[in-house]
Amino acid sequence: MSRASSPALRTHIMVRVGSFIFSLFFLFQVASAQTFVQGKALADASLKEKAVWMEKLASDDSEEATRILQYWLDGILVYWPQENRLVRGIKEGRRYQLQDLMTEEALGAVSSREIDRVKTNNSLRSALKQVLGSRQLGSSDRNVRLSAIAELKRRPDYKVLPLLKKREASEQDDQVARQLSELIGLVLLESAEANEQMEGLRRISGGLSPEVKDSLSRFLLNPNLDPGVVEVAQRELDAITRSLMYWGIGQDLFFGLSLGSVLLLAAIGLAITFGVMGVINMAHGEFIMLGAYTTFVIQQWIPATSMWSLLISIPTAFVVSGTAGIILERLVIRHLYGRPLETLLATFGVSLILQQLVRTVFGPLNQSVVTPDLLSGALDINAAFSVTYNRLFVIAFALCVLVTLWGVMQRTPFGVRVRAVTMNRGMASSMGVQTQRVDALAFGLGSGIAGMGGVALSQLTNVGPNLGQSYIVDSFMVVVFGGVGNLFGTVFAALSLGVANKMLEPLSGAVLAKILILVFIILFIQKRPRGLFALKGRAAED
Amino acid sequence: MQTRSWKRTFKNTIFASAVGLSVSLAHAADTIKVGVLHSLSGTMAISETTLKDTVLMMVEQQNAKGGLLGKKLEAVVVDPASNWPLFAEKTRELLEKEKVDVIFGCWTSVSRKSVLPVIEELNGLMFYPVQYEGEESSKNVFYTGAAPNQQAIPAVNYLIDELGVERFVLAGTDYVYPRTTNKILENYLKNLGIGESDIMINYTPFGHSDWQTIVSDIKAFGSAGKKTAVVSTINGDANVPFYKELGNQGMSAEDIPVIAFSVGEEELSGFDTGPLVGHLAAWNYFMSAEAEVNDEFIEAWHSFTGDTARVTNDPMEATYIGFEMWAKAVEKAGTTEVDKVRPALYGTAVPNLTGGTAVMHTNHHLQKPVLIGEILEDGQFEIVSATPGEVIGDAWTDYLPDSAKIIADWTAPVNCGNYNIETQQCSGQNF
Repeated sequence: MSRASSPALRTHIMVRVGSFIFSLFFLFQVASAQTFVQGKALADASLKEKAVWMEKLASDDSEEATRILQYWLDGILVYWPQENRLVRGIKEGRRYQLQDLMTEEALGAVSSREIDRVKTNNSLRSALKQVLGSRQLGSSDRNVRLSAIAELKRRPDYKVLPLLKKREASEQDDQVARQLSELIGLVLLESAEANEQMEGLRRISGGLSPEVKDSLSRFLLNPNLDPGVVEVAQRELDAITRSLMYWGIGQDLFFGLSLGSVLLLAAIGLAITFGVMGVINMAHGEFIMLGAYTTFVIQQWIPATSMWSLLISIPTAFVVSGTAGIILERLVIRHLYGRPLETLLATFGVSLILQQLVRTVFGPLNQSVVTPDLLSGALDINAAFSVTYNRLFVIAFALCVLVTLWGVMQRTPFGVRVRAVTMNRGMASSMGVQTQRVDALAFGLGSGIAGMGGVALSQLTNVGPNLGQSYIVDSFMVVVFGGVGNLFGTVFAALSLGVANKMLEPLSGAVLAKILILVFIILFIQKRPRGLFALKGRAAED
Repeated sequence: MQTRSWKRTFKNTIFASAVGLSVSLAHAADTIKVGVLHSLSGTMAISETTLKDTVLMMVEQQNAKGGLLGKKLEAVVVDPASNWPLFAEKTRELLEKEKVDVIFGCWTSVSRKSVLPVIEELNGLMFYPVQYEGEESSKNVFYTGAAPNQQAIPAVNYLIDELGVERFVLAGTDYVYPRTTNKILENYLKNLGIGESDIMINYTPFGHSDWQTIVSDIKAFGSAGKKTAVVSTINGDANVPFYKELGNQGMSAEDIPVIAFSVGEEELSGFDTGPLVGHLAAWNYFMSAEAEVNDEFIEAWHSFTGDTARVTNDPMEATYIGFEMWAKAVEKAGTTEVDKVRPALYGTAVPNLTGGTAVMHTNHHLQKPVLIGEILEDGQFEIVSATPGEVIGDAWTDYLPDSAKIIADWTAPVNCGNYNIETQQCSGQNF
């Protein structure tokens, strides 16, 4: 076999070498005549040859070259053998829509076999971003300028210094100017002269971004530095490391809050069904899962990238999970009040049924729930501390759910009835409260809230048949720790467990952190079997 | 009342199993039975269901070609339900009750370890199609997935040679495969002169979903003046929130590339792959491989599943190779008897799906090409690097001092899965 393939290999190499020489020839053409790049050679080139192409294109500052580089980076630059030229090819389903490079005039759709995509890899992609970055510095859109600067910061290059200085002189926007100054500082660190290095250090002083720390650490590895410069650089690095540590603690706190709010969303429904009604509902996790799947189904109807898909999912998930909860209560749990062990077994069975049902309907694979554009990305407070929008959304959402639920329980007739039934069923019944109805509705409320939690969780984790299982233990943990029957306890427990977990994690690793938390709860329950905030009085007696 | 119904159930069971037994006896004469031991429910169903379908497709294709040795093939599918001890029970059921001639099965290492004692006791034959940590060679198991030297080591080499990486984060799920692989990689990197302080090892539980701290730790670790990469042995499910968090915290593949050993086309089909473009994976097969045999395989898969959106992946290729090899060896041996088929397998060569040839070696491992792919916008991989030839799977890694002196060779004179070349003897256990 190997003998058979070697002539083929040799031809292959010859073709490669040939096309390389060919491409060099045409590169020369490009540089002089500003004609089209030879698309075929570019598409066939090896990654190393492509780097040469890119260098050449970079030296050509025509609009055409810029477009070629940009489309190349975006992965939509294709070679079209039929017309022997480069075009823009946008994938639609299994076919490519072709467009002219410059005029963007549509050229029809072809299959993937009729064209050659000009491929990239990581190193090419970052080089492309660098080249385009230096071109976009002069853009009239400040956001484009900012992202160009961010791109150039990744690999400071001394060669672009004159260009940067020129830009700095004409920059009007404060924020852009600040970023530009930091970039110039980073570039100056690449210089061999001590006074330029000092100037660079002065400019980056106080910067907290990973690029600054990265460049500074690299700078200090250089053995030919002036001792004075080393001293300043070291001082600067120490200062950065120190303030990064403080910000790191802040970041851990935020992470903890966000984990806490996830726990809260998962557990708050259980705080009603288990905490208030005393039903051990092992299918609680599956109600969360139903909510997450509702989001998935809604996203099939409404454009997934729009925020509306999520906003509509929230009430829908409440209704879906709530209805499922009421059905479960009416068919199963109603017959088992006062028999916790049987309830546990029955609801565990229901949870398995629901899982398998979802597996049959949607398949065993995870479904992809898209994060709306509004919730993608992060809010940068400074270079060292950023909060991601989806986490922020979950925290805000948890807060809303909490306030609404508290309002319902404390301020509405329904809430009063629920509390009355839990405190003394017989008395409430003789006062004319329809206890059975209240039971069903309260259980529906708890399940519905679990469904809304599922919508939020679909933004953070996998939507699959096993989604619920991974939250059921955590949910019970939170409710038990916070004290059964106490909403406020649940909130406090969720947040404190979240923060404790995230504070431990950097020290002990994720696995050990989780174990430590569980051990703590076991010990705590020994000491206070009724949780942090135990109900006092008559309600606590049964 | 209760006892009566219990008795009735008992009677029914006896009756049913008697019928089942007689049916299978009747069949035993004229069919060759192929056992399929993949989880169809539970956590691993997500990955393993596909492999069950692959075996069924291969059986169907073989039957269309006229079966084997003049007999039709019959697939016997059982569901071990992602429950590790149940894997052992189901293996026993397949071998003792169903009397299957070969088993295709398992995904996780822990399920394979649970099957081993049974399959060795009953002298069965199993093909294991998933990349794994090595350090094992059983007489009764053929490993068609990648050993560490066919995936992990070449991947790290790519990072060092092509991307100039000097600092490594080894992130994994906390179980046997990542732990062993990371131990091997850590030793390998240290041998290359990479310092202790440039290696960060991190483990997370199964299905971990809150990656905020870890991603921000990786970001901090990566800003120390050296090019940093993440080598990920994070398993299945947990990858989605991990990659989501990478995207949200703005960590792009150009800053800190992540190379994954457990993320393939199938896993990506549940992803929004936009933010992942440029991250890497190392496998022996990618669906995007350009080979005629691959196109045929994909087409057959689409028409078998009736869904043109279904993707193919590396463990499917391994299943395909295993099945083709077994069929070839059975023809060569003229029987399905394990003791005859096993020696017939050594040296058996079948085309792999990337245009090369897979050969079974006497250590029960394959030779395979190693490919590095970058994730594309559409969830496929762009192959950016391929080893020039095929790499022979090494059951016992050379990068752990204790394993370096152990070899596996199931032919005479060694005839053992863990032969110590220093003491010149087998360690006694069967694997």
